[in-house]
Amino acid sequence: MSRAPFKPSEEVDFVVIGSGAAGGVVAKELSVAGFSVVVLEQGPYLRERDFTHDEFGVAVQGLLTNDYRTQPNTLRPSPDAVAMKKPAIGYGKQVGGGSVHFTGNYWRFHEADFEEKSRVGSVAGASLEDWPFRYADLEPYYTKAEQDLGISGLAGANPFEAPRAKPYPLPPMPVKSSGVLFERGARKLGLHPFPAPVAILSQPYKGRGACVHCGFCEQFGCEMKAKSSTLATVIPMAVKTGNCEIRSGAYVRKIQTDAAGRATGAIYFDAQRREMFQRAKAVAVCANGAETPRLLLMSKSNRFPDGLANSSGMVGRNLMVDVWAEAYAQFEHPLNEYKGIQVTRVLHDFYAADPKRGFYGGAGIDARFQYYPISFGLADLWPGSPKWGAAYKQSLKDNFNRVMTLEGHCSSLPVETNSISLDPEVKDAWGLPALRATYSPHADDTKTRFFIRDRMVEIMQAAGAQRVWSECEADVLPSVHLMGTCRMGHDAKKFVVNGDHCAHDVPNLFIVDGSSLVTSGRQQPTATIQALAYRAAEKMGDWARVR
Amino acid sequence: MHDHPFGRRALLRSSVLLIPGVAEALQHAHESVQAPAARLEYLNAADAAEIEAMAGEIIPSGDSPGAKEAGAIYFIDRALKTFDADKRALYREGLAEARRKLPAGAASVAALTSAQRIALLQSMEKTPFFTALREHTIISFLADPKWGGNRGKAGWKLIGFEDKFEFQPPFGFYDAEAAK
Repeated sequence: MSRAPFKPSEEVDFVVIGSGAAGGVVAKELSVAGFSVVVLEQGPYLRERDFTHDEFGVAVQGLLTNDYRTQPNTLRPSPDAVAMKKPAIGYGKQVGGGSVHFTGNYWRFHEADFEEKSRVGSVAGASLEDWPFRYADLEPYYTKAEQDLGISGLAGANPFEAPRAKPYPLPPMPVKSSGVLFERGARKLGLHPFPAPVAILSQPYKGRGACVHCGFCEQFGCEMKAKSSTLATVIPMAVKTGNCEIRSGAYVRKIQTDAAGRATGAIYFDAQRREMFQRAKAVAVCANGAETPRLLLMSKSNRFPDGLANSSGMVGRNLMVDVWAEAYAQFEHPLNEYKGIQVTRVLHDFYAADPKRGFYGGAGIDARFQYYPISFGLADLWPGSPKWGAAYKQSLKDNFNRVMTLEGHCSSLPVETNSISLDPEVKDAWGLPALRATYSPHADDTKTRFFIRDRMVEIMQAAGAQRVWSECEADVLPSVHLMGTCRMGHDAKKFVVNGDHCAHDVPNLFIVDGSSLVTSGRQQPTATIQALAYRAAEKMGDWARVR
Repeated sequence: MHDHPFGRRALLRSSVLLIPGVAEALQHAHESVQAPAARLEYLNAADAAEIEAMAGEIIPSGDSPGAKEAGAIYFIDRALKTFDADKRALYREGLAEARRKLPAGAASVAALTSAQRIALLQSMEKTPFFTALREHTIISFLADPKWGGNRGKAGWKLIGFEDKFEFQPPFGFYDAEAAK
């Protein structure tokens, strides 16, 4: 018999804040284990029938992402600069969060990512740290995520991949022309491209249909349920248990604590902007690497004057983002890249940090098409390419189907002053302090961008491109990979949560999402966030049973 | 897949149809909405003619339809009426500037020769008005026709975008070549 829905006055075992890549997994694992769970999600509960291919309505107008008009960001380059209103942080805003509209890249971090400080030593100006556990400790949860959610890929194809317990549950997706050309160029240079691991079904899986190659993955929801978002996978499993309620349109403004310093639940605005309080025995914050620290900082009290779980002063600090570099290439024959998923080939040859380069960093590279018709029409192609008029029209005709992209996903060093904090003046439409980002790239991250840009240009030239151009100097922000703002570690003075994702300062407060990441890997953090979520949910269950 | 295209395709379709609700969702997502009626709701006819003439230089007509035939003006009219109402002043100022800059004796921007209009727009290329007009024109040309432009899918046809939303490999020349 279903226990859900719950009354806010009812004390549930867990309130989970956020229903994205992490929150969806946590909700499913806890509710399947028999715990009562209320998930508070600020966005709407969309269904497959709500997802269209309308580029203007969805991608251009940001239908599935945070709305800067009601939730403005401010941005400053350093703590002593004045923050200006500017989009800095992007995230999915609906049940399923960013897992609904993400591209689907799903690679694991490498073994070295968990112990980079031990391996490469300290980096000046950065707060590089080892993780509180190693790759081998997380491996079972990577495997669990891949099997539970449905990931397509080819085990063993990436010679740099760490050991895995099982192959991917689904074979790789069919290669596109961008993948073939990337592979051609990379192999000529002695490199090792491999079929992209993606959270998209190459074959039917667990009652969901296979991808039909419509091409509308990135920025769009999948009407086929072929993208393995939490909306299409674990959230229905959670709801089916009868132990879990997904409460959408619920925008949390504070985690409440009692005199003993324990969390008692979450205060939120419902869709009608009425203030509600959901009681809970424990709170799991999975609101993403920007909204999680913002919520903790908004959850001030007499006992926690600097924000909840912030005795270390580290909540919001060490923000790591998607440091990107791009190379574009034009080929003689049609690629028709708008057909099929975005990414079909990846390369990890430059992933490892190499002291011989003279700076810290590395990157994964993928071959993709990152355009739809409108974004292609508005894009600047090579320097001096026509912007309007007859030549522009001819260029549209000639190039839409002959252009591809290489995307470099570079390491982002943790820097203490790069952070999420509360803007002292700007408010959102609910009267809450706006999210303020402070960010300047570490010099080594910038060097990594240039280094990887040069490698990508070489690969496209080796592939026989007619024309190659690149971009790696534009601002890194706005970012959609939000990492490191509540890092985990054993030392309560340096980290926000312990190795089990429990806040050092609050015994019944758990935090798991991008904010938990100690280092950035080489971006594409979703697989790691979800592996952490499976592991954290197990720890939360263990904790609740002996409590 | 290259030797059994129909077999694979049929299999894939059946796997889709077996999943309850998905076939319906697919159909919904693929539904092409009827283009709205060609009617101006914000701009007056005189201003619309000027803007249409300028949009027609950003994506000119010729061998294939340009912004004018694709109905850019209806998208721009809708934008100014609804989601981009805050750009009305930009357009007013831009139109005024264009009219001020008309060569002696010319009655309107629309009445200029194409070469004169291009010269006029080149002189305004750095203005916020031109930026907005260019963006609106390009978006109108390449957005779903339900937004008012891209009539007859003229923009999509030009660039070679087929709005089928369901494809089978090989997708392009190079993956077809590799599959041989």
